[in-house]
Amino acid sequence: MSGNHYGALAAEIVAQALAAGATDAECTIAEGDEFSANVRLREVETLKEAGSRGAGLRILKGKHTGSAYTSDLSGDGVRHLVRSAMELAEITTEDPHAGLPDAAELGTVAGDLGLYSNDVEGLETELKIDVAWRAEDAALRADPRITNSEGASFDTHLAHHVFANSRGFVGEYRTSYCSVSTVPVARQGDSMERDYWFSMARGFAGLEKPEDVGRIAAQRALRRLGAVKVETQKVPVVFEPRTARALLDNIFDAVHGGAIYRNESFLAGKLGDRVASDKLTVIDDGTIPGLFGTSPFDDEGVPTRRTVVIEKGVLKSYLLNTYTARKLGLKTTGNASRGLAGNAGVGNGNLYIEKGEARPEELIAGIREGFYVTELMGFGVNIVTGDYSRGAAGQWIRNGELAFPVSEVTIAGNLQQMLLGLEAVGADLEFRGSMAAPTLVIAEMTVGGR
Amino acid sequence: MEFSESFFAQRFGITARDLENYLAEALSQGGSYADLYFEYIATSAISIDESIVKSASQGVSLGVGVRVIAGERTGYAYSDDLSPEKIRKAARVAAHIAKGPATVEKVSLSQGPQRNLYPVITAPTETAFSERVELVKRADRAARNYDPRIFQVQAGYADNLRQVMVATSDGVLSFDRQPLARLNVSALARQNGGPPQRGHAGGGGRVELSYFLNEKTPEHFATEAAREAIVMLGAVDAPAGEMTVVLGPGWPGILLHEAVGHGLEADFNRKGVSAFSGRIGQQVTSPLCTVIDDGTIASRRGSLNVDDEGHPTGRNVLIENGVLRGYLQDKLSSRLTGAAETGSGRRESYAHIPMPRMTNTFMLAGESDPAEIIRSVPKGLYCVDFGGGQVDITSGNFVFTASESYLIEDGKVTRPVRNASLIGNGPEALKYVSMVGNDLRLDEGIGICGKEGQSVPVGVGIPTLKIDRMTVGGTA
Repeated sequence: MSGNHYGALAAEIVAQALAAGATDAECTIAEGDEFSANVRLREVETLKEAGSRGAGLRILKGKHTGSAYTSDLSGDGVRHLVRSAMELAEITTEDPHAGLPDAAELGTVAGDLGLYSNDVEGLETELKIDVAWRAEDAALRADPRITNSEGASFDTHLAHHVFANSRGFVGEYRTSYCSVSTVPVARQGDSMERDYWFSMARGFAGLEKPEDVGRIAAQRALRRLGAVKVETQKVPVVFEPRTARALLDNIFDAVHGGAIYRNESFLAGKLGDRVASDKLTVIDDGTIPGLFGTSPFDDEGVPTRRTVVIEKGVLKSYLLNTYTARKLGLKTTGNASRGLAGNAGVGNGNLYIEKGEARPEELIAGIREGFYVTELMGFGVNIVTGDYSRGAAGQWIRNGELAFPVSEVTIAGNLQQMLLGLEAVGADLEFRGSMAAPTLVIAEMTVGGR
Repeated sequence: MEFSESFFAQRFGITARDLENYLAEALSQGGSYADLYFEYIATSAISIDESIVKSASQGVSLGVGVRVIAGERTGYAYSDDLSPEKIRKAARVAAHIAKGPATVEKVSLSQGPQRNLYPVITAPTETAFSERVELVKRADRAARNYDPRIFQVQAGYADNLRQVMVATSDGVLSFDRQPLARLNVSALARQNGGPPQRGHAGGGGRVELSYFLNEKTPEHFATEAAREAIVMLGAVDAPAGEMTVVLGPGWPGILLHEAVGHGLEADFNRKGVSAFSGRIGQQVTSPLCTVIDDGTIASRRGSLNVDDEGHPTGRNVLIENGVLRGYLQDKLSSRLTGAAETGSGRRESYAHIPMPRMTNTFMLAGESDPAEIIRSVPKGLYCVDFGGGQVDITSGNFVFTASESYLIEDGKVTRPVRNASLIGNGPEALKYVSMVGNDLRLDEGIGICGKEGQSVPVGVGIPTLKIDRMTVGGTA
């Protein structure tokens, strides 16, 4: 990757915007190199390799905003970028809350956050192919019922993030990651099922063994074979970490500053209230070294931090950027997130549910009839009302054990009641992305089936 | 249009000879097929929230993707710089998927057939922002004026103009200019301090800006969003379990997209990982169902003159009177299986490898009167609007979420119910279709389809449809 001059270029773009009449400006430059190797049925299927870059500019002219982006970083490209953003300030409405963070709020988390690992650079193509090959091979060899595969892939991504604004902030950092994943297909009689597993790390050395990834993926696909649809009933529902993470994603949407000020979240106006059982503590921390939601500053140049969102069931904080914080009369939590175009939104750092003490087996052992959910489908979560209704697959729990696979059912309830009815939290917290949750047990939901 | 008058020739001075040379470079390591996909896209987006136009953005991105196929292998590289050195470099990187001497002789390009399914003279992206901003302001006003219980409105308008050029080592050169615009409105309603409810509507297509002034106005979408939010204020808990479901016409056609469409994409079937694999010629739905994927409908969101591999789109019969007829093919699948191309190779951008995708997927109208369909249901659910859906193509299980639906009691549509997901199994679900309405309608142009991380615009449609058995995921 090149781009060592991008910090200076971002500052130059901000300066050009001010010279063109902007009262404030902020510029993001993003550069990325991606590589992926796909193997299917032990043969190379796809190799992809490329790099790209782009700049985004947001300007304020008084309380009017305008923004533009370009993939052309030449002198002409930059001049066009500035004109494009300035032009749009003419059509937006004066917004009393629009503006950059105060200068005192800007800054960077000190120290090495472990976001970049040199070992991802210059990996030989043959080695990359081999990692994917080994993951798929392990899945294919795991059991004779693994009869097919959607393949395995090894991906690397190197990125360079640059941000500058007219309050004097210029910052940049580099990130790297690599991942290996595989999707085996299991078959027995008429039943055909697939599942996936993956490992992701900032550096190549941090990846789990591809053989382990393949073996787990195969086990996951195999245990779904012969799934049945159960009777419609109300039972306790256990979310394994992968599906619990989706539930955490719903909580994120509900504490998102934008949803709060518009009153389109069931958690709006509930700061300080009990919104979940005392088993639930949710933390967002963008400063944990090496994790996937970590960065030294957010996309407005504000340092990331640790924010307790829910503490023992009590709503302690929303997640905010500068704009949503001003709308609510609060301070930003350093959660601004943006692509190249438009205003900053709100994004999470490392958002996680604090782990409990029980192993998942112990949690299941206490349930006579219940549903252990390993897959969720669809988009049936309404954050305005909390109404929750999603497609699901998993294992039926009978007398404290996983008894048989279940699919083509729905699970339904309301997030408010689900959170208040959270009965237990497992000890199995593991970060496989910027959101992580351990096993969760919800007292009762409606399983929709036959 | 002659090549010399085309966008990339004019703006970047690219000649047919250049393209032939790049293709030769791409095939220099023994690849059996190569193509180049040039893209230049200008986008704009304007949004209003709390009656304030808070955001407006515009931008351009451009690049070229080079693909090389060697047997079942694909090499892909792209560049966001159209200088000859960078394109050659991308071609060399992609070329290395193959290992051996070049086997394809010199490529000579000639222009593919041309047509114009979206005769847009001035694309919305090329109009004055002062005109476009009025669309969101009008939508905001109309939604608020609909009912005093509407307390929050957001409207977003987005358009883009995509210029593409595809050159293939089969010797085909195509170019296209693809305008697209969409207006979305979301409204929140509240009654006596109670919990809020949301309504949503939107639409557009490959149209001129005048479409939003004369045909589907901001007021049309705003009223629809506000109406849905107000209706939902009276919603009761949705039922749970298997029951008769009636789908209203139009956007509920997302059922077809999820239940059968994805499962019929040729990549999954070539690999034998779809629940529909190996089922051509078999009865997979009720004989009342004929399902079409048609990329040639004028001005539709999912339509294209040529697909993203330079092949003309078509009208493809997927299911005819219940019998599975064919899959949606891209170049790679048709090369490997010998099936005819269907013009279904699509990609999100130059940075993405094409794959088989849907365009506009719909079911042909039947003979039943929609009112008679409702009357025939003693107890069931009538769904008229949906959010998104998803499918697991291997098990065939699919889900989609009703955002506006009503109970049917004794043959009458009665109370609205809260949001609920519906779940079924692709090759089974549509066997229970017992009545098909005479009121086929296509959606208003809001669909975005995601597959393997790539998003493309699509359309759907159905007539009123009665499905005797489907699982509804409510709580009551």
